Amino acid sequence: MRRQRRRPSRPIPVVAALQDWLAREGRAALETLDRLIDSPLGTLMTVGAIAIALALPATLFVALQNIERLGGSWDQSAAVSLFLAEDVTDEEAAEMASLIGARADIAQVELISKEAGLAEFREYSGLGAALDHLSENPLPAVLSIHPAPEIRTRAQTQALLAALEALPGADFARLDTQWAQRFHAIVALLRTVSLLIGCVLGLTVLLVVGNTIRLEIENRRGEVQIMDLVGATRGFIRRPFLYSGAWYGLLGGIGAWLMVGAAVLWLQEPVGHLADLYHTQFDLSGLDLRASAALLAAGVLMGTLGSWIAVGRHLSHVEPD
Amino acid sequence: MIKFDHVSKRYPERGEAIKDLSLDLAAGEMAFLTGHSGAGKSTLLRLIGLLERPTRGQVIVNGRNLASLPQRKIPFHRRQVGMIFQDHRLLTDRTVFDNVALPLVAMGMRRREIAKRVRASLDQVGLLRLERVLPSALSGGEQQRVGIARAVVARPPVILADEPTGNLDPELSREIFQLFERFHQVGVSLLIATHDLDLVASMGHRTLRLHQGRLVADSGNW
Repeated sequence: MRRQRRRPSRPIPVVAALQDWLAREGRAALETLDRLIDSPLGTLMTVGAIAIALALPATLFVALQNIERLGGSWDQSAAVSLFLAEDVTDEEAAEMASLIGARADIAQVELISKEAGLAEFREYSGLGAALDHLSENPLPAVLSIHPAPEIRTRAQTQALLAALEALPGADFARLDTQWAQRFHAIVALLRTVSLLIGCVLGLTVLLVVGNTIRLEIENRRGEVQIMDLVGATRGFIRRPFLYSGAWYGLLGGIGAWLMVGAAVLWLQEPVGHLADLYHTQFDLSGLDLRASAALLAAGVLMGTLGSWIAVGRHLSHVEPD
Repeated sequence: MIKFDHVSKRYPERGEAIKDLSLDLAAGEMAFLTGHSGAGKSTLLRLIGLLERPTRGQVIVNGRNLASLPQRKIPFHRRQVGMIFQDHRLLTDRTVFDNVALPLVAMGMRRREIAKRVRASLDQVGLLRLERVLPSALSGGEQQRVGIARAVVARPPVILADEPTGNLDPELSREIFQLFERFHQVGVSLLIATHDLDLVASMGHRTLRLHQGRLVADSGNW
């Protein structure tokens, strides 16, 4: 009856229902936040625990990101050694060097002639006297080539190597990538480790929120019973607890974000100083917009999930009496 | 409005609280439920409000067989049944207004409509001027009237009261009963469990007497 009477003033029922729903949810969310603010100490402790649990994986993420960036800048400086055929004379080698040096995808070429190579080998190998007995220099000439900064990806590098090897007089080209491969393997390992740590700490967030919500349900047992008596649905009774969890998660996420931001800001200067000592420039990057959004979303998600679990486990035990 | 058909309720710890009980309460009827403590009055009311389910037999409220009501529909059934308790069951940290508003909030009613209904309900029980007060600041009689306002605010067709005047002196009890009489006059069905036999006698409504879970007397005044 009442519904029919209302209809004329609200011409689009779907929109009106949506508005009602939004208004109700918004009110429930704000009322829950009010309640959290009313007990600041407990809220702060829960939020702090969540913030720390989230800040750790976030810090690892930032560290990895920076390490990878550092690795990227090293990748660019990876040199290519182009070994020339044995019958290539030093004059021909010099000609090749200037030819290659003119290419757009090459930054710098350095010729290591047969003699220079032998001298170097003599110096570093410790075989000095033995080498004197050789009738002929067995070492080929080598061109040490630094690709242009535009050559960044593995595919580009591989293409460049192939092109160099195809040159007449070239024997084979080798990229000095072993250390880079090791570096990438270590980074990959760190990535896996931090994912693992992230999972464990995510579980911690679930437990912290779950326990807090369990206590909240205990404290509001009377209220839950009365809501049950006056005809509130399970969903309605559950709602404020879920919002509690979501707020804890969001506030914890914000706390974690601040912690990571403070750490980056704090480390900026020492890292800059260290880079200076290596005659390079390196700025620590913090959480970008996407990573920040992901951090907050993870907080909200974990918080809601944690309270969902607690509500499912503990609310059903509250029966009217 | 309320029909019990050979209903029994057995508790594992206490045995049978209700034994093969049948009764029929017509729409708009007001009846008292009397008997000693432990006679089964509370259990009978709890079966109507679906706080319990019977072990045997059927309870039909407002034409609906409660046995066939799934768990998730229970809240909607409770909105049809206003319940009043001896200990009021008020939320001590909420104002009188908020307490009375609970059933409407739970129904998802709009705020303006809630305010209108809550004030109308508080006006009926004579507590309109106390809407901003916390229940702890009220006397026992006033607290019970808040409980009554909460039970009637959603305008349920059935009202159940379990010893509503158990803690009140005779004068206040009479006032509460007169309040019930007024709801009866506008067509609400009421079932009131009470020890107050003098008061019951003076009101002249149907009286059901329980003894050890059985209906032993029914004045049938209808």
